[in-house]
Amino acid sequence: MTATHPEPLLAINNLEVSFRTEEGTVTPVRGVTLSVNAGETLALVGESGSGKSVTSLAVMGLLPRPAGRISGGSILFRRRAGGAIDLAQASASEVRRLRGAEIAMIFQEPMTSLNPVLTVGEQIAESVRLHRGLGQGDAMRRAREMLDLVEIPDAGRRVHDYPHQMSGGMRQRVMIALAMACDPALLIADEPTTALDVTIQAQILALIERLRREMGMGVLFITHNLGVVAEVADRVAVMYAGEVVESAPVRPLFHAPRHPYTRALLDCLPARAARGADGRRVVRSIPGTVSRVAEGCGFAPRCEFVRDSCRVGAIPLESEPDRVVRCLRWREIA
Amino acid sequence: MSGALLEVRGLTKHFGGGAHPVRAVEDVSFAIQPGEVLGLVGESGSGKSTIGRLILRLLDPTAGSVRFGGDEIATAPERKLKALRRRAQMVFQDPFASLNPRLRVRDIIGEALDAHGLARGRRTERIGELMETVGLPAAHMTRYPHEFSGGQRQRIGIARALAVEPELIVADEPVSALDVSVQAQVLNLMQDLRARFGLAMLFISHDLDVVELMCDRIAVLYLGRVMEIGPAEIVTARPRHPYTQALLAASPKADPDAPKLSRTLKGDIPSPMAPPSGCVFRTRCPYAMPACAEVVPPLRDAGDGRAYACILDSLPSRPEVA
Amino acid sequence: MSPTLLFFRRLFRRKLVLAAALVLLSLLLGALLAPWVTPFKPDAMRLARRLKPPSDVNWLGTDEFGRDILSRIIFGARASLGIGAAVVAVSMTIGTTIGLFAGYFRRLDAPVMRVVDAMMALPDILLAIFLVAVLGASAFNVVFALSIVYTPRVVRVVRASTLVVRELPFVEAARALGVSTRRILGVHVLLNVASPVLVQATFIFAYAVLAEAGLSFLGAGVPPETPTWGTMIASGQQFADDAFWVVLFPGIAIVLAALSLQVLGDGLRDMLDPKLRKAL
Repeated sequence: MTATHPEPLLAINNLEVSFRTEEGTVTPVRGVTLSVNAGETLALVGESGSGKSVTSLAVMGLLPRPAGRISGGSILFRRRAGGAIDLAQASASEVRRLRGAEIAMIFQEPMTSLNPVLTVGEQIAESVRLHRGLGQGDAMRRAREMLDLVEIPDAGRRVHDYPHQMSGGMRQRVMIALAMACDPALLIADEPTTALDVTIQAQILALIERLRREMGMGVLFITHNLGVVAEVADRVAVMYAGEVVESAPVRPLFHAPRHPYTRALLDCLPARAARGADGRRVVRSIPGTVSRVAEGCGFAPRCEFVRDSCRVGAIPLESEPDRVVRCLRWREIA
Repeated sequence: MSGALLEVRGLTKHFGGGAHPVRAVEDVSFAIQPGEVLGLVGESGSGKSTIGRLILRLLDPTAGSVRFGGDEIATAPERKLKALRRRAQMVFQDPFASLNPRLRVRDIIGEALDAHGLARGRRTERIGELMETVGLPAAHMTRYPHEFSGGQRQRIGIARALAVEPELIVADEPVSALDVSVQAQVLNLMQDLRARFGLAMLFISHDLDVVELMCDRIAVLYLGRVMEIGPAEIVTARPRHPYTQALLAASPKADPDAPKLSRTLKGDIPSPMAPPSGCVFRTRCPYAMPACAEVVPPLRDAGDGRAYACILDSLPSRPEVA
Repeated sequence: MSPTLLFFRRLFRRKLVLAAALVLLSLLLGALLAPWVTPFKPDAMRLARRLKPPSDVNWLGTDEFGRDILSRIIFGARASLGIGAAVVAVSMTIGTTIGLFAGYFRRLDAPVMRVVDAMMALPDILLAIFLVAVLGASAFNVVFALSIVYTPRVVRVVRASTLVVRELPFVEAARALGVSTRRILGVHVLLNVASPVLVQATFIFAYAVLAEAGLSFLGAGVPPETPTWGTMIASGQQFADDAFWVVLFPGIAIVLAALSLQVLGDGLRDMLDPKLRKAL
């Protein structure tokens, strides 16, 4: 860590997560290396089975126990007080104290994360009291301010609403208000707009963007939606079958993807459909589905550029300035 | 429009009685020609899925007419519906829940044949054919749904719909539960099948990119009403209705250089139990004026093959951007 | 792997459930093969050996007529488990049918459920005693009475599951295909409510074994000359002070049967509940 390169807020290095299941031990995450700097949004993108949500659970210390555990690598988080803590090694209670104080999170379905029998004001006030040591009256006033902050109209009245009285978009705003109550350094957003309509999604994305700017948070934004990635991300890490296969700043990633999976994934978008010889517009698709490989590149079974050497050993992450790629052939096919 | 395969007029569906029924579909009209694909786009509460179910009479309409190949469906007695179900089929959104987990694929597809007495004596052969048509090995017909991936299950659902050799398929969000790479496979398959069998489709989706790719014409719905309807490329390239514009502006583009999403729409979608008077979109419309609350704007012909429901003759060049 | 195989593999991963199933299986086998596995005839009286404690001749001792208790327990299993099984069969058949109809056809729902709720408001054993008292004590009437008592439980479970399954997309898909209502109910819905019904069946089996014993003990069950676990305790209770084995061993048989059925039912329920299964 040199002075010119400030330490990242969150640095995940070669993370491996294992689960014990009926069929033996599986490792849904086996090679995740990524970093989030203060004030930037890193989008972690992948399809189902890519391990992106497991990665976020590992960071938050929320892996289902005792089946799941971090079995390798490190998750370094820079404390506000100075110094770094390895979340992969830290005790459950240490991680719990950080969660909600310096690391906050929002999920896809806000209804299940809110307590149905408390008003949203009470829930925010409780969090504020816990983290800031405010009294009852101050905490309620703060709750109202938080609802204002997340642009809930008529906040003075809505603080007394119960979660079920709100729409999905409003509940997600409440979740964001709750997350912001402790002024976190890192926000982990796991598919926060997936359950929302597009016009509401646009509002929530803009809100997260505004808060990131104003509060200087780092955001780890987990999504499967490439359109959302292009909208929110400064940098992007693409996951496939438990590994980060490519990461780069958002423009180079979309304009000049290097890993065969990233390239193919972008070509699958309906908006990029090409007109075929018969005049019909056809989308490129990737044959087959995600499958587990014993060794070699996880994408090899579906890759058009595959050759024998792709199927043996571990494929190393190759670094370029501003980009890493996990592929043996990316230079020849570029 | 004579010769239309499907003609819907004034279709209306209210759920629940009392003073405030849920007004899911209000006075919707459109037609689908043989072999044509019409897209229904809208957000939650737009009534797009309800329309699909009304057309197949999985729900009974409150009012309006649905004519399929000249026969009135909306009021047909239950026993006459079997003929409809040979001609119009449905593909469902959820590839997990739409297949009975306790039946083998053979029986899931075979049930469609049995219900209409098709392929007697060569049932297994026909099931194998259907599976190969949708790109699945015929040998897998003895497996259970849980042994297939999401994309493969959606193929099974499509094979089931094709079993009766329908003329129309209502596809209700057929790819929205699938990953992008798998979604592309299924979209291409549906395009192939459409060309091969000359299928007409009602393609229901919330994803404008998908609808634009798949459809000849698009109907944009909001709170149970048609806001705009017309040729796909015209509606998406030059939207005329403020809601269509807003929907396009709010859809994230997979291009980091595209202009950031403009927040043209404030507020929430109103409840379909208490829709706004006049134009249902006026509470969120950037151009709304007092007159919009007075009358429900009728669909007006724009002259380029499209119709839209807005009282403004022309829109200011750019809505105020927040 | 077929779902059936998967089902048993999951079910028996818990050792207690496996043990319960084995206990049950041996009780059932004993009942079925009673004439061949019992050391004595169940009604062979040897007055010289009355009320003898367990020994290497009579493993579980003898009763007041010198009859071998082990042999009577094994034969008693025929009646006790047989009555239980008959009650399960009758209440499942009737209850499932009524439940499917009540759950699927909205118009039937309210009237059927009102009757069911009324019947469930009466205490099980009182209703059974009343019915047997009216009809007369016989094995047939005990089955009849207990079936009436337990059918409403089945109706409730089946109706509740049917209400859920009815709304699932594959039922809608079947309707869209033009599949007959009879097939939708008899195949699509029935197959998918089978799991909770199966769980309920094991519980009802356990209740029925207990209830039969209770009825027999109170003299409102099968006639005392038929060996069931209940009649054995009933006729043995006056000697229990001096010869505990007369009531202890039939009692253990009842407890074993009821307990293993309950454990099996719990195991089934835990396995079929997706939320609990994830935690395993």
